Formats: sequence, C-alpha cells, structure tokens
Amino acid sequence: MTDPSKTAESSGPAGTPLRRAGLSPRKKQRISRIVQYVLLVAVVVFLLARIEWGSLAANFAKPEVAAETWPEVFTVALKNTIIYSVGGFVFAFLLGLLFALMRLSSVAPYRWIAIAYIEIFRGLPALLIFLLILFLPLALPGFEVPGGTYGQGILGLTVVGSAYMAETLRAGLQAVPRGQTEAARSLGMSHARSMITIVIPQAVRIVIPPTTNQFVSLLKDSSLVLFLGVTGDYVELTKFGNDLASTHANATPILVVGVTYLLVTIPLGYLASRLEKRQGKGR
Amino acid sequence: MATPVTHAVEIRNLHKHFGKLEVLRGIDFAVDPGQVVCVIGPSGSGKSTLLRCVNLLERPTSGRVILEGVELTDPDVDIDAARRRVGMVFQQFNLFPHMTVLQNVMISQRRVLKRNRAEAERIARENLEKVGVATKCDVYPGQLSGGQQQRVAIARALAMNPALMLFDEPTSALDPELVGDVLAVMRKLAEEGMTMLVVTHEMAFARDVADRVVFMDGGVIVEDGPAAQVIGAPEHERTRGFLRRVLDPTHTGE
Repeated sequence: MTDPSKTAESSGPAGTPLRRAGLSPRKKQRISRIVQYVLLVAVVVFLLARIEWGSLAANFAKPEVAAETWPEVFTVALKNTIIYSVGGFVFAFLLGLLFALMRLSSVAPYRWIAIAYIEIFRGLPALLIFLLILFLPLALPGFEVPGGTYGQGILGLTVVGSAYMAETLRAGLQAVPRGQTEAARSLGMSHARSMITIVIPQAVRIVIPPTTNQFVSLLKDSSLVLFLGVTGDYVELTKFGNDLASTHANATPILVVGVTYLLVTIPLGYLASRLEKRQGKGR
Repeated sequence: MATPVTHAVEIRNLHKHFGKLEVLRGIDFAVDPGQVVCVIGPSGSGKSTLLRCVNLLERPTSGRVILEGVELTDPDVDIDAARRRVGMVFQQFNLFPHMTVLQNVMISQRRVLKRNRAEAERIARENLEKVGVATKCDVYPGQLSGGQQQRVAIARALAMNPALMLFDEPTSALDPELVGDVLAVMRKLAEEGMTMLVVTHEMAFARDVADRVVFMDGGVIVEDGPAAQVIGAPEHERTRGFLRRVLDPTHTGE
C-alpha cells in the first residue's frame, strides 16, 4: 500500500495487478462529470419548453410598470429602508453594548437582566416584535414612541438587533486578551477607563465583520415595517413594491425592489468577507 | 527593623492561593530605592505571582504589600493612584494594538496624569528616544519586532515617572538575537538609579546588574543576597541545583 510506485494507479489492496478490469479513477471522474452536464442540460431544456416566457415577462418584468417605480424606488423607498435599518442598527449597537457590559458585570442582577433580555428577544420572531410595538399604545395608554412612524420602525429593529448584537459584542469583549486590561490597569487607569480606552475599541474592531452581516440582516428585517401600517412618505422598499404591485396587478415592482435590496446587500456581504480576511491577516 | 518609609516596596508574610494551590507561602522582603533586585527560580516557583502581587494585579490571599509607606493591601487604598507609581513590563509586551507607538506612550499620560498633548508628546518622544525606537513613533505595534515592542513597553511605563519598575520575564518571549537590545535598555535604567524588581532567566544580567538576587522555589524565598553570592557561591543545595540546570543545560544529569 505504501509503495509510492503503486499508489497513483492502484485502487485495490496491495497485491492486485495495476492493470485491472475496472475503470480507473480518472475515467470514473470523467463519466461522473458527463452525467452532471447531461442532467443540467435536460433541466434547462425542460424549463425552456414548459415555461410561458411571455406571461412570465409580462408579470415580472414589464418595462412600463418598472418605469412607474422610478424615481420613488430610490428617493422614497430605499431612503426609508436605509433610515429604518441604519437607525435600528445604531440603537441596537448601543443597546447591545450596554447589555454585553451588563452580561459581564460583577453585579449579579445586571447579569440576570441581560441574560433574560437576550434570551427573550433572541428567541422571538421579528414579526412578533413588530406586532407588539403596534399594540404598545393600547397597553400603555398615552404612550407614544418618539419619532412617530420612523421611531416605531427603528424601535422594532433595535429590539430585534440588540439581543444578537449583545452576544456578538460580549464575544468581542472576551476576545480582547487579558493582558490588555492588565497593561492598562498597571498604568494607573481605572477599570472604567481601561474599558473605554483600551478594551471596547479593540472589541468593536473584532466584531466589525459579524456586525456587518447583522446590518444586512436588519436591512432585510426592515421589510417588517410593512406591518406597522406605514403610508405615504414612510414606506420602505417592501411596502412600496407590494403597494405598486397591487395597484398594477403585476409583480414587476416586487422584482425591482428585490434588485434594489441586492444592490445594497451584495456589496455589504463582500465588504464583510473582505474585512474578515483582513482581520485574519492582521494582529 | 528599618523605618518603613526607607523601602521602595516592602512585602510582609505574603500568601497567595489559587484555589487549593498555594503559590506563595509567606514571602518577606523589601526593595530599597535605587536597588535592582532580580528574582530567579524554576517555573512554577511563584516569582511572577510575587511580582504581580506588588502592584496588585493579583490580590494576595493574606499578607501586606507596602509601597513607599502606603499599604496597597488596605482595602480602601486608591489602587489606581498607587499603580501610577509602579511601572510594569510584561513578558508578552501587551502594547495596545489599536494605537500607534506614540499613542501607546501618550495615552495614560493624557488620561491618567491629565498632561496636555504637547507635554505628553514631548515626554513620550524623550522616552522612545531613550529606548532607541524614536524613529518608530507613527507605526503600529504589529509592525515592530518583539524587541522593539518590548522597548516601547518600557518607554510607556517610564513615561508615567514611576518610582519602581517591575519586569516580568521581559526577554522570555523574544528571539535570542533581540534579547540584548532589551537588556541594554534595562541596564541603562539601572545605571540611572531606577528601582527595579526583575523576574528573569537571564543569569548574566542578574549577575552583572543586580544589587541583590532572590532565589525562589516552591513559593518561598530560598536565598536572598548579593548577586555574586547567590549566583557565584550559593549556600543552598536547591539554588545550586537550579543554577546547574540553567547555566549548563546540556549536562542535566543529577
């Protein structure tokens, strides 16, 4: 078996002749590849033959309807999607940092509160949280989410994002080597000062790639603002596409909106993986 | 008994347990101002723990640490104020990777001593000059060799004008050819009269530079005396055995 002259060709146990009746691995691979290509071509031919392309195009890619979305798809819908998700992201980050620090606190009740918050809101569907926000004024008479519709949407995304963000940031804080705190403390910095100046900035750098992915996920979750019953100037991409699609009884606006999401999410995804690679190299 | 204030640091009956493991079992010793004391001993002997107890990075289980007459083991002491008087240099350098060399040396001057930017920068540059890395002010620690990083770490500690410098195996993480640069800086500091407590495996440095050498084993001080005596003519068999293994590692037969 270990004889190097045999290992290249031989497929059987030592002792079997090199030239045997069966197929060589190279031939087997070739046949497998041919089968895969044939399968692919068969599926494509089947789809081409069965799908009514005219009807599909008329329903999903009608130029006149696509033109209707312009320019509001960018100036209103995308703008609002970005307002909701950036707002939600900023507050989720701050709230997440607070809960991450509480999670690592030496005061036990702080840890309990943080654990409870994280476990509850990580375990609930995002849609449920938006529905709860919708009923908030009923539960708390006289209460209004500051910032109106934007405030409600941002609050929802903050609650959805902060629980995940807290866990990510906790991991980041714990990934900063102990020696960093020790060096800061030995220079006379207080515990709080060394956290603010030394540990948190490094933790934030560590979590940039995963939080970029979390931003993409918040951007997609911002579609749930739809359920807050937003109208007019407050609509984001999904609501915008859905409304126009209903008006025209045509799915083209949804396709346009989908492409608009991808214009943002795909570059961000690339950015996240590039940041990850760069971080892997550094340090 | 000497009056307490004459010691830079005084340690009385210090004990430290990690769970069931007793790492320090009653340490008594003192360092006087201007003295250079090297602590040697096998790994696990408690010498690093002792050093880390001096600035309370490890909290002693019992016993007292008195720095310039102030008892650090008093629960109500302002430990941050006390640590400003003690510089510490770590085996792993522990520079702040997200800051340039200059920022590393300036940050605690600015945030802790509240020096203004110009003064902090002047003092930082002076100290970086002193340790021979003045040309590296604007690079990040990751771009420096281990020896350069350790010298920046020394400059960072010196910029706080400490009364006492602690060195925790400062050359153990360095490539052999970089050890000399760091030891040269430490030797210069010693000649300038800095009070130094050094945990090290560099016997030549201990012999040449230290006023006193302390040999620790099993959490106690076995031998404490002038360098020439402890390294040159040790009284105790444990010291002799250790030095034999360290100075002549290829002939370890008992």
